[in-house]
Amino acid sequence: MVTNITNLGRSGLSDWLVQRASAIVLALYTLFIVGYLLFSPGLDYATWSGLFAQTWMRIFSLLAFVSLAAHAWVGLWTVTTDYIKPTGIRVAAQSIIILAIFVFLVWGIQVLWGA
Amino acid sequence: MSMLQVSLYRYNPETDSAPYMEEFQVDTQGRDIMVLDVLHMVKEQDNGLAFRRSCREGVCGSDGMNMNGKNGLACITPLSEVVKKGKLTLRPLPGLPVIRDLVVDMGLFYKQYERIQPYLQNDNPAPAIERLQSPEDRDKLDGLYECILCACCSTSCPSFWWNPDKFVGPAGLLQAYRFLADSRDEATRERLAELEDPFSVFRCRGIMNCVAVCPKGLNPTRAIGKIREMLLANAT
Repeated sequence: MVTNITNLGRSGLSDWLVQRASAIVLALYTLFIVGYLLFSPGLDYATWSGLFAQTWMRIFSLLAFVSLAAHAWVGLWTVTTDYIKPTGIRVAAQSIIILAIFVFLVWGIQVLWGA
Repeated sequence: MSMLQVSLYRYNPETDSAPYMEEFQVDTQGRDIMVLDVLHMVKEQDNGLAFRRSCREGVCGSDGMNMNGKNGLACITPLSEVVKKGKLTLRPLPGLPVIRDLVVDMGLFYKQYERIQPYLQNDNPAPAIERLQSPEDRDKLDGLYECILCACCSTSCPSFWWNPDKFVGPAGLLQAYRFLADSRDEATRERLAELEDPFSVFRCRGIMNCVAVCPKGLNPTRAIGKIREMLLANAT
C-alpha cells in the first residue's frame, strides 16, 4: 500500500473509476456540442442562449464541468507524480493545478448560471 | 566469413567514469545463432565482458537484456529476429542500476515481487494429503504461473521506470493475480487492500509493452485488468 494525499479520491481505485466515468461524460458532451454546431447553420445568439437557458442543458453542462475538473485533477496529478521528483516543486505544482481547477470550475458555473 | 557488427554497452564502475558503447566484429559464419552465442564469441575477444546466463534455453530467465531496442532473453532470440542491417546493439535492461556491462541490480524488481507476497496463504489446517483444486480452478492459473521473473516486462514499462519503488510492475502484478486467482488462497481481501492505492496497480497505463516483450508469451496487461475488476467488485 502506497499512501497518497493529494490525489482526488485518496484511492487509486476511485480515481480510476472517476477518470473513466468522467471521460464518458466528456465524450458525450463533446459529441453533442460538435453535433449541435454542425447541424445548426446560421446559429444566432438567441438560439445559442436559448439552448443554455434550458434546465437539462444546464445540468448537462454542469455535469461536464465537474467531470472536466475531476478528470483534469486525476490526470495532472498522475503527470506530476511521474515527472516531478523534488517534493517541494511537486506539491507546489499540485497546489497550483488544484487551485486552477477550482477557479475554472467556479468561473464556469458563474458563466453557466449567471445573469 | 560473415561478420556481424556488435555494439555493446560497457561499464565498469571501478575503471570507467561513465558508460560507453564498444564495437566488436563477430564471425557468425552465416549461421542464425542465438544472441547469447554471439555474446560468448565477444567474450572470447574480451574476457572482461560481464553478463548473466545460466540455462541457455529460456528457462532460468538470467539473460534478459535489451537487443536492438527490445527486451528479451538472449539465449532464445535468434539473430534473424533482431539484427537489422548487419548490426546488433546490446544494452542492459533499461531502468535498473547497472552493476557492470550487461549486469543490472535487480533489487527493486525483487522488492516489488516480495511486496505482493508470492506464496499461498491459507490458515486452515492442511489436509492429510494435499489441498485439492478442481481442474477448472487449476485452469485459471494457466498463463500466470509460467513467469520466470526475467524482468523483461517490468524494465520495458515506463510506469516502472518512473516509479519503481511504488508501482509493482507487470511481473509482480502477474504474480499478484496468480495468487488472487488461486482457489486455495484465502488472503484475497488482504491482497486487494494492499493494491488499491494510486500506484501499485493503477499506475499501469495499459500501453502493453510488457505483452510485446514477454519471452514466455504471457499477458500481464490482462492480469492487471482482472485485478482491477476484482478491486471494483470488492469496493462497489
